Amino acid sequence: MLRMEGSEVGSVTATVASPTDSNVILWFRTFGAISLSGFRRYATYRQAALAGVVTNTVFGFLRCYVLLAVAGEAGAAAGYDRAQLATFVWAGQGLLAVVLLWGWTDLADRIRTGDIAGDLLRPVHPVTSYLATDLGRAGYAVLARMLPPILIGPLFFDVHLPARWPTVPLFAGSVVLAVVLCFACRFLVNATAYWLQDVRGPMMLWMLASGVLAGLYFPLRFLPEGLQRVLWFGTPFPSLLQTPLDVLVERDPTAVQVGLVALQAGWAVLLLVTCRLVQRRAERRLVVQGG
Amino acid sequence: MAEAGGTLAAYRALLRAQARAQTAYRTSFVIDLLGNVGATVFDVVTVLVLYGVTRELGGFTLRETLVMVGLTAFAFATADLLVGNIERLPRYVRTGLLDAVLLRPLGALPQLLLMDLPLRKVSRGLFGLAVWVTALAGAGIEWTPSRVVLAVVAPLAGVLFFGSVFVATATVSFFWVESAELANSVTYGGRDFTSYPVTVFAGWFRAAFAYGLGFAFVSYQPALALLGRADPLGLPAWAGWAAPGVALVALAGAGAAWRVGVRHYRSTGS
Repeated sequence: MLRMEGSEVGSVTATVASPTDSNVILWFRTFGAISLSGFRRYATYRQAALAGVVTNTVFGFLRCYVLLAVAGEAGAAAGYDRAQLATFVWAGQGLLAVVLLWGWTDLADRIRTGDIAGDLLRPVHPVTSYLATDLGRAGYAVLARMLPPILIGPLFFDVHLPARWPTVPLFAGSVVLAVVLCFACRFLVNATAYWLQDVRGPMMLWMLASGVLAGLYFPLRFLPEGLQRVLWFGTPFPSLLQTPLDVLVERDPTAVQVGLVALQAGWAVLLLVTCRLVQRRAERRLVVQGG
Repeated sequence: MAEAGGTLAAYRALLRAQARAQTAYRTSFVIDLLGNVGATVFDVVTVLVLYGVTRELGGFTLRETLVMVGLTAFAFATADLLVGNIERLPRYVRTGLLDAVLLRPLGALPQLLLMDLPLRKVSRGLFGLAVWVTALAGAGIEWTPSRVVLAVVAPLAGVLFFGSVFVATATVSFFWVESAELANSVTYGGRDFTSYPVTVFAGWFRAAFAYGLGFAFVSYQPALALLGRADPLGLPAWAGWAAPGVALVALAGAGAAWRVGVRHYRSTGS
């Protein structure tokens, strides 16, 4: 009988039927081990993290001053006061690196080079293992990329601190959902490589759409209300950044916050399921050349 | 003299090869052209959205701010087209490509630029030019001969300035290979800074970006001179005409930084 423990499950091939003695605890241990290795992998890029923090800080200043100028004499814009706008910008700069909107082409690269064959041989579903790695990466990013701007911002600007207790757990949950959702989006964009080989086109569309529609360039609440509704219900983009940030700055009453996070959860589940469907279709047509 | 002609011919050959290679797949190239203009379009859309919420930013109306937006959009996009790819220098250092480049009997900087000239970014420059012309037409400027000259010279000085910033920040990677993102904070950060009136910003941050790094002279001061507005921050009216001078200083600084960087360069050994 095959002894399987933690991450030592590498000897099972795709042609072997799923082991019948697998259980939920084992699944969680495998998931946890992959996440931890993702955390460690990204924790080695310390110089890159430092450079990233400097960049996030500069853009924090730029965006914060611009949005405060929008609030102007009145001291408020689209339902945000000055402190809320400051928190929105600085937390947003940190969150950007946590959800990792851009720059992830691992899957597309492996599909193009054929290395993906190695992933398919593992006993863990590719969507699951890539998600586990990404959660580990996000965990490191929370420490190395999110905390610095959140600490630096208040040194120079008046920021809004959560006043209601449910905001804190809601924000934490919203960040996790945003990471999962953003991973699913990136996975789908990368997975077009199964059909196209070169993912530059889809990647470019994703970069354009996610930047402006996720709330990075300006809070989406600045847009007309009808358009906001279309974006929130019709696309996953606002759930990537705008929702967790709106929850954090308490732009809306608790009931609306809960609703926004629930919507986010809906999008995350929908896109994860889509990832699995796409992966299954892709595996049927995938041909890896070479020996 | 003959040698100079030969060098020029070599550069021309590099450029021709690039143009042929990049346009070989025509559909792909057209999609790239369209996709690239998108980023600059959204920069302008962002300003329009902000003015949908407020009537003034830092004491300037939309029509006035658009002059700065147009100037920046054209200058940054054109500089990005011509020398923006130097931001790949960290990769050239890491992969050792730079060693090969340094061995050839041509200038290292022009080679790197021509080896990878992103022709798809032409669309951004053209869009920026369109915004610049539209903004000038809509701002109600009282045209004088000197203002016409400024309207032509300021964008070119902006190209020179942003180009210098691209080169100067890229040289950091001679000393610190993982510095790509650091360079972004000054190049793209500078683009965002110059898209708004300097009065929007405050404190030491404004002092550092506007006057320390000189970004105020890219679009803000020339726009004031064209609009005939006094600077709320107190610089005299001739500051708008200082743009070409500041650009030349930046150029000299970038050239010096590049030479120091190349001299400091030790191959990674790969």
